[in-house]
Amino acid sequence: MSTLITRVRQKQIGELIEKGKRLDGRGLTDYRELKIEEGLIERAEGSARVLLGKTEVLVGVKVATGEPFPDTPNEGVMTVNAELVPLASPTFEPGPPDENSIELARIVDRGIRESKAIDTEKLCIDPGKKVFVVFIDVYVLNHDGNLIDASALAAVSALLNTKMTDYEIKDGEVKTKQGYVPLPLKSHPITVTIGKINDKLIVDPWLEEEQVMDARISMAINDEGNICAIQKGLAGYFTPQQIIDASKLAQEKAAEMRKKLKW
Amino acid sequence: MIEKPEKLIDKKGVRLDGRKADELRPLKLEVGVLSNADGSAYIEHGKNKILAAVFGPREMHPKHLSRPDRMVLRCRYHMAPFSVQERKSPAPSRREVELSKVIRESLEPALFPELYPRTGIDVFVEVLQADGGTRCASITAAALAIADSGIPMRDLVVACAAGKIDDTVVLDLYDAEDKLGVADVPVAYMPNLNAVTLLQMDGILAPDEFEKAVNMAIEGCKKIYVLQKEALKTKYMNVKEEIKEETEE
Repeated sequence: MSTLITRVRQKQIGELIEKGKRLDGRGLTDYRELKIEEGLIERAEGSARVLLGKTEVLVGVKVATGEPFPDTPNEGVMTVNAELVPLASPTFEPGPPDENSIELARIVDRGIRESKAIDTEKLCIDPGKKVFVVFIDVYVLNHDGNLIDASALAAVSALLNTKMTDYEIKDGEVKTKQGYVPLPLKSHPITVTIGKINDKLIVDPWLEEEQVMDARISMAINDEGNICAIQKGLAGYFTPQQIIDASKLAQEKAAEMRKKLKW
Repeated sequence: MIEKPEKLIDKKGVRLDGRKADELRPLKLEVGVLSNADGSAYIEHGKNKILAAVFGPREMHPKHLSRPDRMVLRCRYHMAPFSVQERKSPAPSRREVELSKVIRESLEPALFPELYPRTGIDVFVEVLQADGGTRCASITAAALAIADSGIPMRDLVVACAAGKIDDTVVLDLYDAEDKLGVADVPVAYMPNLNAVTLLQMDGILAPDEFEKAVNMAIEGCKKIYVLQKEALKTKYMNVKEEIKEETEE
């Protein structure tokens, strides 16, 4: 996922961050401007578009019926898929998902799954036979860095406005009823990604910072402020102290964001 | 499916497999187990049985992936179809693609890629039997295989998980604890540099529990590190003996 960036620019980004400044004028722990639009795809049961600076991610939620997994016969099923659409960046190529899109999908998946955001037990229609399946499709439309946080926010926003058709069981058959019910949610995880550049921690790295960054760490924080999923990425490392600092920073940023979003 | 027992850890702090909270599973490490590979290692971590092999530095295929100023590390984590309870399809799953990526990223900080421009190093990890914590055991074995191949390293990379079962933070979860427990935190670590090169987590932990789990995992890593170094030394002791025998003949 790398685009070219000149050495002089790399140096400039690093030196600025050492002084506690960033190229786009933000403080080290500031997010870019965040905009969320909900429900813009009428065909989907739920959808949301997130703009994080110039990064743009669209998430569509489709709900269908299907079979449960044998080890959880009375729970609905949730899957996350991510597409790095070629129009989003000169580095994205058409074709089967590569490791970057698989990792992105699995980070978003883990945040939602481990925080138990979807009340899957309420998605059971007929235990062992029929349950609702929630498909969460992440569509990256413009890549300007930090796809993880934008995608995770878009996914939860889309789930929040997901309306499923109501149903009833008549003579052992599932029949749809008039009207819609909201998707049952229990938690609203917020994922915060922190990058490490020249031994400094920065929140919400944008594209050029991602080219310079040694390592990143993403943490999903649930409603209670507990950590429910983590992923370290890139070929650098963190010291144990930096990890503790990052976890505190992530909790602080998630709490701020939660207040702003009223989740 | 495993039936969930009432308690994963009893009042005396003894776990289902008889271990204490901060006790590792038995480990066996062996270096230089495959003759065709440039470096190789085998690990038994509890019931996990994993082989790792290293090829390279060698010419990259396809060539356009090579870099003019550095070598490229590639990594494939793969599970044998018979390694788990239900047969696993041999085609790489999304989980295996992700694990290949995080294992590669956990090993990269230990290497000096600028020493071998235009080349590639391939690390192949085959899980022959899985019992929870395979990514950690894979990293421990892969780092040994790289060391065995003679590629210079900043330090060995060693990995171990901690997690939470019932209400207790414990070290080195095995399969049942991983599936039925509350949280799992795999950590890879370079002891000499005090550097964490892999950190993942699933499940829910309060901030203080998370800190405890990370520290516990690092302590576990340090114990395995000793065994790693012994395994390397053992190989060279064997080579020394062989040479001695040959010269005596």
